[in-house]
This record gives sequence, C-alpha cells and structure tokens, in this order.
Amino acid sequence: MKNVFATRWGIIGVGAIIGVLAASLQYFGNPANMGVCVACFVRDITGAVGLHRAGVVQYMRPEIIGFVLGALAAALIFKEFKPRGGSAPIARFVLGVFAMIGALVFLGCPWRAMLRLAGGDGNAILGIAGLVGGVWIGTLFLKGGYSLGRAKAFPTAAGWIMPLIVSGFLLLMLLNPPTSGEGQSGVLFYSASGPGAMFAPLVVSLAIGLFIGFLAQRSRFCTMGAIRDLVLFRHIHLLSGAIALIVFAFIANLVLGQFNPGFENQPVAHTSHTWNALGMVLAGLAFALAGGCPGRQLFLSGEGDGDAAIFVLGMIVGAAFSHNFGLASSPAGVGPHGISAVIIGLAVCIGIGFFMKEKKLIHS
Amino acid sequence: MSRTLDARGLSCPQPVLLTMDEIKSSGESKLIIIVDNEASRENVSRALKNQGWVVTGIEENGPDYKIMATRG
Repeated sequence: MKNVFATRWGIIGVGAIIGVLAASLQYFGNPANMGVCVACFVRDITGAVGLHRAGVVQYMRPEIIGFVLGALAAALIFKEFKPRGGSAPIARFVLGVFAMIGALVFLGCPWRAMLRLAGGDGNAILGIAGLVGGVWIGTLFLKGGYSLGRAKAFPTAAGWIMPLIVSGFLLLMLLNPPTSGEGQSGVLFYSASGPGAMFAPLVVSLAIGLFIGFLAQRSRFCTMGAIRDLVLFRHIHLLSGAIALIVFAFIANLVLGQFNPGFENQPVAHTSHTWNALGMVLAGLAFALAGGCPGRQLFLSGEGDGDAAIFVLGMIVGAAFSHNFGLASSPAGVGPHGISAVIIGLAVCIGIGFFMKEKKLIHS
Repeated sequence: MSRTLDARGLSCPQPVLLTMDEIKSSGESKLIIIVDNEASRENVSRALKNQGWVVTGIEENGPDYKIMATRG
C-alpha cells in the first residue's frame, strides 16, 4: 500500500498544515510564537503535575496528549503499532534530560525555533544555527559507528503504556479543569499569569494535536531529521517538510497579524546570542543521538516505541531540573545555572557519542 | 550471491547509513536489506533510488521486510 504522506508532496503538505495549525493555535490563545512547542509544552505538563513549581509555566497541554494519541490511532489503523524497546534506554533517558535542558536555555525546541522565525523573532536564527551545529556533531558520531544498539519486539501491552499515561493526563485535566485566574484546580497546577495561562480552548488544542499526531506518524515528520539527512546524505525529503512549516506559518502569521520582526522584546525569548545558539547545540546533539526531534519521539511513543517513551520521560525530568535548579532561561536572560548545565550536558552527550558503539552490524 | 544487511531493530538513520556505506564501499551489484518497520522500509527504498539503484522487490515476512535492490 502506497503511503502518500511519505512522498515529497506528502511531507510538504504535512509541514504546511502543521505551520498553519500552529499559527492558528496562537490565534486561539496559545502563547505568541508557541502554537506548538514540544519542549515548552512538556515542561508545562511537568509543572501541571507539580514536578516543578515555576508558577508561570504550569498547564496540562492537550496538544502533547493529542500528539501521542493521534500517532497511536494512525499506527493502529495502518498496522504500524509495534511495541518495541531495549535500545540503551538509560542513555536515551539521559539524552532526553539534556535535550530539554538545552531547549529551555534557548526557550524552545526545534518546532518553536521554526515558529519563532516565522513570527519574526531574529533570535531564532541563532537557535537554528545552534541546532544545525548540534545535529552536525551528531552526524560525526553516526559516521564513526555510534549506535545505541538494536531494539527488540515487546509484548503488545508494553506499547500501550505511554498512550495510557497521556490518557490519564487527559482524564486528570477533565476532572480538574482550569478555573480562571487560579493557580490550582484539584490536584493539578495551573498558571494564573504568564505563558502557562495562555492556551487555546481544550477541544481546539486536543483536536489539532490529534490531527498533527496522525499526520506526523504517517509522514515521519521530524525537524531534527530534516537537518541530519541533509548533512549526512544530502537528502532533502524531511527538510522540505520543515521548510514548508516555516513558510506556511509565516504566511499564516502575516494573515493573522502575528508577524513582528526584530530581536528585542520578542515573546518568551531572550537576546543572549551565545546561549541561544549553545543551548540548541546541546539540544540538537541530544536529538541527533536519540534519532529524533522531541515531536518525533512523541509520535514514536504513540506507535509503541518504548525507547522513545523513555526519552519523553527524560524530557519531563529535564524540565523539572531546569526549573527547580535555575537552568531555564527567561525573557530576562539565561538562568543562574544555565551555562554550567549546557557545558555539563555537552560533555555528557559527547561522551555518549564517543562510547556508545555497536560492532558487527553487518551480516553477509 | 547478493549481500544481505540486517537493519532490524536499528533506529533512524542507521538502516539508511548501513545501506549507503555498503553501496559506496562494496562492488556488489545486488543487495538485500532486512528492516522491521515501515518507516525504515520507506527510508531505505528512497535512499536506494536516490543513489540510482532499483528496488526490484519487497518481501514481507512476518514483522520484517526484505528489500531487494540492484545497481541501476
């Protein structure tokens, strides 16, 4: 059966749709240049369940729940639901932790870096340059034989754990809905102000999340893979999807009056060029070593990939560290320990790149 | 006798990396690549076509796909 989404026009179409939907989510209430940000939204979920207590970034983002469940639906319909795992889970967990720490120094994952660019935020150029640099370092390790080893098939139930976890999150949210201006509702934490208090209506967020999850599972959309495949193989397949996302988000921003060019006073952004870039070097390297951008890890976890699910759990822990220990940046600038965290993260990721190798991959 | 690469269980981009390495380093004109998921099947097939190879057939065997290709 031909998968139309995996063709050139398929991936371009998916990128374009994601770009328009992300800009629309901003119109419907999500924070500026943050229609979809996997890192930010996972961080908000981390806050919603109280694993960090940064009051301005606590919200159970339905987009993330939709990403996993939409990918699950696509995988079930097209018989691609394959529970699997066991490819160095602890290394993947650590990569998830540092990917999140790096992304929160920049203030966005690759998805938001592209949306920030499409919204006119010049600081995103530094972030994207850093991302390219980090992914490039990752490709050097890949060429040198880096591997986290083979995954193996798991019992069916194992593949359902991540979808069930996010379903539980959705249930929690329905049982403890946000109340206007309150920082808490039942067991869940919310933001009374700040980005965490800005969100599209639940139904809109969830529906768009499900739709993007479905499309991304079919098309294998990956913002890190876009850069990696260009550097490693000179393949522009995934890149064409990422560029479509930027172009169409840009057009939608123009139409919706959301395009504000400049470097200063950009929404949820800071102007430290060095750390915008180096934060994303760290994130890009971690994504490259883990084989996918944070969005792709969510989609993979929806189709039963336990290793991707472990990476996502690593991102949650990374978000908690980031806000509990002053590693995350804010519009005021880099956090008090953000710089040391990036340096430690780069050392750890480079170590993983050097030492994780599997011999004898080829059998003849 | 064609050479067989076993890319099962490997995550992105290793199946493509293995295939490309093999194409560049060996003089074989026939290649069989075994993968165990749809995304790898698409990626490896696309990479082979980009390199001017022809995918002559894909056999499904349980969870695995056997991609057969010849140098174009």
